[in-house]
Amino acid sequence: MANFKESASQTAGPYVHIGCVPTFAGLEGMYGGKDLGNTMITGNPAGKRITLCLRVIDAAGEPMTDAMIEAWQPGPEGSFGPTEGFNHWGRQPTDAETGEAIFKTLMPGAPTGQTPHILLWIAARGINMALITRVYFPENDNAADPVFAIAGERAATLVAEKTDNGYVHTIHLQGDHETVFFDV
Amino acid sequence: MTGLISARDLDWHPAPLAPDYRSSILRSPAHALLHYDPTETEMTGPTFGHNMLGALDDNLILNYANPGEAAIGPRIIVHGKLIDEDRRPLPGKLIEVWQANAGGRYRHKKDGYTAPLDPNFGGCGRCISGEDGSYSFQTIQPGPYPWPNGGNDWRPAHIHFSVFGDGFAQRLITQMYFEGDPHIALCPIVQSIPSTQAINTLVARLDMSNTIPMDIRAYRFDIVLRGRNQTLFENKMEGL
Repeated sequence: MANFKESASQTAGPYVHIGCVPTFAGLEGMYGGKDLGNTMITGNPAGKRITLCLRVIDAAGEPMTDAMIEAWQPGPEGSFGPTEGFNHWGRQPTDAETGEAIFKTLMPGAPTGQTPHILLWIAARGINMALITRVYFPENDNAADPVFAIAGERAATLVAEKTDNGYVHTIHLQGDHETVFFDV
Repeated sequence: MTGLISARDLDWHPAPLAPDYRSSILRSPAHALLHYDPTETEMTGPTFGHNMLGALDDNLILNYANPGEAAIGPRIIVHGKLIDEDRRPLPGKLIEVWQANAGGRYRHKKDGYTAPLDPNFGGCGRCISGEDGSYSFQTIQPGPYPWPNGGNDWRPAHIHFSVFGDGFAQRLITQMYFEGDPHIALCPIVQSIPSTQAINTLVARLDMSNTIPMDIRAYRFDIVLRGRNQTLFENKMEGL
C-alpha cells in the first residue's frame, strides 16, 4: 500500500493562477493581496539590479499567455542565501495579453564551479511535468559552465539577450530554436 | 556535490507529449530532456515560515467566504504526509492547493462552465508541513467538469497540489483524485501517467479514522518527493 516513489507529476492546468498567484487571478484580498514570489528585491541589497523579461513560445509560434514561471538563483556573491533584502526565488505569471513574465532581480553571481545563471521552472496547461531550463548572460564565459557545456551546439538557446533596459529571453518549446530543457 | 538528490524516474511520470491530452501537442519539447546531476543550484531552494500564513489559509471553506457564511459542498479534510523517497518526512515545506467549487466551476475568467460560482468559495489554500511532514486543510469536495479536448471529456474531481522540497530539484506540481471516481479511468490527463500503480498513488482514500462524526469527512493523501542524501542536508545544507 505504501508508496515511496516520487508522486507522479500532473499538469498545472489553465487555472494555476488561482493557487499560486491568486491576486493576479482576481481573488481579491487572498493572502493579504500579495502573491508569493512577486517581489524579489524587498530591501536595499548590494548588487546590480536587472530586469529579465521572459516569453515562452509554443509550437505554433504563439506566446503562452497562461503559464507560470519560477526563478531560483544565486545572489550577487554566488551564494543561495538567505540574503538581506533579497528573495532568491521569484514567481511570475505570463501576461494574459503579451505573454511576458518580468522578473526584477539582482544579477546573479557565480556559484562555486559554475557561471552566473538563473534556474527557471515553467508550469502551464499542456505541460505534463514542469520544464526546467537555465538562463545565462551574454557577457560571461559560459562555455566554462558544466551545465551550459552539456547543452552543446544548442547552448545558445540558454543565453539571454541584452537590451537597453535589461535582458530579454525567449523560450521556445519546439522548432529550430527549441530551448534546452533539463532532467535534473 | 553531484547526485545528492536521487535521479528522477522519467518513465514514472507522464511523457511531455501525450497526444490524447491535446494541449500537450503544441506545448511539449521535441528534444529529449538533457540530464545532469543536481548542482548546488538545484539542491538548494526557497524556505517558507509558518509566520507567512494567515489563520484561514488552510481552510477553503471559510477563507473566501463572507463573515458568517461558508462555501457550499461536501465538507472534507484533506490530509497526509509529505515524505521523500527515502521515507523521511519533509517538515516546514509549503503546500499550495487550488480547485473548482462543488459544481465543478473555477473562479477564473477563462472558465465559462455553466455551473455557477459560489460567492463564498475562492478555491485556493495553502499550508506548511509539520515536524513529521504532516499537512492538513479543510475544503469542499470539488465537482467534475467538462473541458475542451476534442470530445466528451470530463475531468475527475481533483485538487491541484504545488509542493516545495529542500532543493529546487524536488519541486513538484500534481493533482489529487478521489477514490472511486469513474472519470479517473477516462481522463486523458490522468491516463498520460504510464502505470496504474503511479496513478493509484494520486488517488486519495476515504479515511474514516479521521472523519469527525456529524461534521466532516477525511481523505488521506500522501505526497512523495525525490529522495535526498541524508548526510548533506542534515549536516551541511541546513540553514543555508
